[in-house]
Amino acid sequence: MALDDPFVLAGKSYRSRLIVGSGKYKSFEETRRATEAAGAEIITVAVRRVNITDPGKENLLDHLPLDRYTILPNTAGCYTVEDAIRTCRLAREAGIGTLVKLEVIGDETTLFPDVAATIEAAKILVKEGFQVLPYVTDDPVACKRLEDVGCAAVMPLAAPIGSGLGIRNPYNLRIIVEQSRVPVIVDAGVGTASHASEALELGCDAVLMNTAIAGAKDPILMAEAMRLAVDAGRKAFLAGRIPAKLYATASSPVTGLIR
Amino acid sequence: MVNDEPRELAAGSTVADLVATLGLGPRRIAVEVNRDVVPRASYGATALHDGDAIEIIHFVGGG
Repeated sequence: MALDDPFVLAGKSYRSRLIVGSGKYKSFEETRRATEAAGAEIITVAVRRVNITDPGKENLLDHLPLDRYTILPNTAGCYTVEDAIRTCRLAREAGIGTLVKLEVIGDETTLFPDVAATIEAAKILVKEGFQVLPYVTDDPVACKRLEDVGCAAVMPLAAPIGSGLGIRNPYNLRIIVEQSRVPVIVDAGVGTASHASEALELGCDAVLMNTAIAGAKDPILMAEAMRLAVDAGRKAFLAGRIPAKLYATASSPVTGLIR
Repeated sequence: MVNDEPRELAAGSTVADLVATLGLGPRRIAVEVNRDVVPRASYGATALHDGDAIEIIHFVGGG
C-alpha cells in the first residue's frame, strides 16, 4: 500500500488494491469492521427494492462513511442487458456516482457471465457516461472487446463466484494483464490469502472479493489477512520474481569448503 | 403499485409526496415510474396516476 504505487481506476488514485463486497455479513457493524480491516477504499453494493412495509429500517450506507469509501453499485442478479442498464441508471440517480460494476449473468448454477450480453450492455453504458467495470470470464478476447468498447477496467473471474477455488487459469490472466491498457481486477473465486497474493503476483492491478472474507469463521481476521496478502503480492510483482527452474542452484558459495 | 405492492395515494400526489410518506426523504434511493428513472430534482413535479408502476430502490450488501 505504498503511496508511490497508487492504483489508478477511472481517473482516481487509491492506495488499496483490495476491493471488497458488502454481502453475507452478519450485521452492518461486521461489514464496517471487515471493510476497515481490509483497508479497502472501494466497496461494492447491490441495488434492491426498498422494503416499503418497513422503510425506516437501517440501511447499509448509514454504516459506511461515504467520504471515506467509493461506493461501487453492482448489477448482481441481472440476466439481461435491459435489467443491467436499468439497474445502473437507478444506481446513478441515487447519487453515488457513475462507477458501476457490470454483471450480466448467463447461468444460474455457475454464475458465469453472459459475455455477449455483457459487451452489449457495456457499450450502451459507456455511451451514457458510466465508468464500467465488467465482470467477465478469464477470456483474453472478451477482455479485449470490453476494453475496446471503453470499459474503465476489466474484471476477469479467478473461479466461479463464491467458490473459493482460487486462480484456475493463471496463464490466461497473464495474457490479459499483458494485453490490457486498462486495469485488470480479479473478481470472484478467491478463497484464501494465497489466492489474493497470486493474483497480484501475476501482475493484476487489484482483486475484488466478498465471500472469502464474509464467509470466513473470523471475517475481521480474514480481512486483515487479505490486506496483507494483496500488499505482499503487489510487492512481489514489483520486485520481480526469479525464474522457476527444475534443478537446484546452491545459495552458499561452492568454493572454500573444508577438506 | 409500489415495488409490486398496491398503495393508495391522495389524488394529485407526486413522487415527492410518496417518498415523504414512506419516510425515505434523506435516504440514498432512486425512483422509477413506469420504467423511467425520475431525477431527484423532478420528484415534486412528477405527478402519480392510477395504475402507475413505481420502483423504489436503495443499496444493500452484495458482492
